[in-house]
Formats: sequence, C-alpha cells, structure tokens
Amino acid sequence: MSTAATPHGEFLQHHFTTAEQQADAGKIGMWLFLVTEVLLFGGLFVGFAIMQSLHREAFVAAHHQLDRVLGFINTVVLLTSSYTMVMAVHSARTDRRKRVVVYLLLTLICAGVFLGIKYVEYSHKFHEGLLPGRYYSHKGDSVPGQFMFFSFYFMMTGLHGVHILGGMAVILWVLRRAVRGDFSHAYYTPVDLVGLYWHLVDLIWIYLFPLLYLIK
Amino acid sequence: MEAHVTPAATYAKVLGVLLALTVITVLAAGFNFGSWNVVIALGIATIKASLVALFFMHLRHDKPIGAVIFVTGAATLGVFLMICMLDSDARTESAVRPATRDAGAPALSVGPSPSAPERRSPESRRLP
Repeated sequence: MSTAATPHGEFLQHHFTTAEQQADAGKIGMWLFLVTEVLLFGGLFVGFAIMQSLHREAFVAAHHQLDRVLGFINTVVLLTSSYTMVMAVHSARTDRRKRVVVYLLLTLICAGVFLGIKYVEYSHKFHEGLLPGRYYSHKGDSVPGQFMFFSFYFMMTGLHGVHILGGMAVILWVLRRAVRGDFSHAYYTPVDLVGLYWHLVDLIWIYLFPLLYLIK
Repeated sequence: MEAHVTPAATYAKVLGVLLALTVITVLAAGFNFGSWNVVIALGIATIKASLVALFFMHLRHDKPIGAVIFVTGAATLGVFLMICMLDSDARTESAVRPATRDAGAPALSVGPSPSAPERRSPESRRLP
C-alpha cells in the first residue's frame, strides 16, 4: 500500500478531491438527517400541543404523576454528556488521543445514567398503571382523560430513549476507532458527526423536560 | 472542516449557562404567570437549544450551509405548529361563543343553540 500525499490519506475516499471536501460533504449529510429527526419529533410535539390545549386540565392533573426531581437530574446528566461529547471532538481536533477516549467513555456513562433513571421512572409508572391508551388502569383520577397525557409521554420519551440507545451504539463505534488511534486534527469527521447527533438528542430533551414535567 | 478552534474554556462556560438556565426554568415553574407560563418555559428552552446549536454543534463558526439546513427545518416546524395552534384555538372559541352571548344558555353547550346560526343542514349532521 502506497501512502498518499497527506499524512492521513488512508481515510480520504477516492471520490473526494480533498479531506476538507470529504468532511464538508459528511457534515451536510448529517445536517439533512438531523432535520428529518426534528420533523419526526416535531409531529409528536404538534400533536402534544393540540391535545394539551384541548384537554388542559387532564394534562395538568396527569403531569403531577411525573417526578420533577428525576426529570431535573436527567436534564443535568444529558447536558453534561453534551459537554463531554464536544470535549471529545475538541480533543480529537487538538490531537489529544487519550482524552478522546476518556471523554467518549464519560459520555457513555452519562447516557447509561440517563437510561437508568428513565428505567426507575418507567417502572414506577408501570406499577401504578399509568400506561398509554387502553392499557391505562390508574385508579382515583380527579380529571378524566389522563391516559392521553401518558400516550404522549411514552411515545415521546420512548422515541427519545431509542435515540439514546442508538447514540450509545455509535459512540461505542467511535470509541473503538479512538482506541485504535484513528483520529487527529486531520481526520475527526466520525467523532464530529456522532457529536452532532448526540447534541440533537440533547436538544430534543431540552424541550421535552419543560413540556412534560413542568406544564401548568 | 472549520478553521476556528473554540477554546475548551468556552465549552465549560456554555455548560455552566445551560445548567443555570435549567435551574431557572424549574424555579419559574413554581410561580404562576398565567398564559405566560408556556411562553417562559419555551423561551428558556429555545435559548438553551440555541446555545447547544451555536457552540456545541459549532454553527457559530462553521460554514453557513449547516445552519441554513437546520434553521429551514426548524422554521418549517414552527409554521406547522403555529397554524395548528391557531386552528385549535379558533375551534375552542367557537364552542364557547354562543354561551357567552346568551346569559341564560348553559356554558359550553355542544348542541345547536337557537341564537347560533346553523352551519350545516340537519341532513349532513346525521351522516356518519
């Protein structure tokens, strides 16, 4: 194998002229994908807004079943994971290869803590019968129609949780490559793009937290 | 590839502001600002989202194409949401209006009130 002119030529695919062009193309593709994600969650947000405006009392009564403290802790955990993720990208750009591994591991731990807290919340709701649609069996509601809130709660946080799981899988993949020492200032697109995805998942939670846990 | 490398201290400051805004949004939820509640909550969330997009997602110093794509998508969602909310607000109001006009009529009556004009013929109402 002959080495190319650039030090990290092994990562430059033949259909791109320069590494910069390759990185830019990857980024544009990622932003387009993120927009489809915004629209996917957007449909749920609009549905939530309409139902909440039509059944305000039921939604407000139902949201008291959520644990604000756990929601707050999860917000802090996810914001922190966004910070460790961006520090992983920063470390790759400044050629600190060991730090890339450390920051990616910290991000994975935060994601695990987030899902752990989500598990505690979900099991409490399962236990109380606070389930979506016709599976709702909670007794002693003061306002009828509270099952509607939990249909949205489980769809929105569930879809978000699936995105966290997907994010953990791709972070594991870049972690493997970071351990191998693939990333440097000349080539860090995979960490960069996984970072963009991870920040979007954080961004969606930034809206989910006040809407589901703090509505009035 | 972006030419500008953001210093690591900037990221730490952004995280600090994000955590502070999270505390503020929880504290603000303890007060009742009436119809401003949702505006305040979503306003703070949008400030947080902008900080994440501008600094963590590098939109501030990157080539503008990413911002163009993202803002277009977000704005489309905004238009979608606004039109849907206008629609649902208009519907709730039309259900209340007959009751507010006649003092004697029961509040939020669903059936046709004598003062309200018939919008549809009785035949069409019977259709499934």
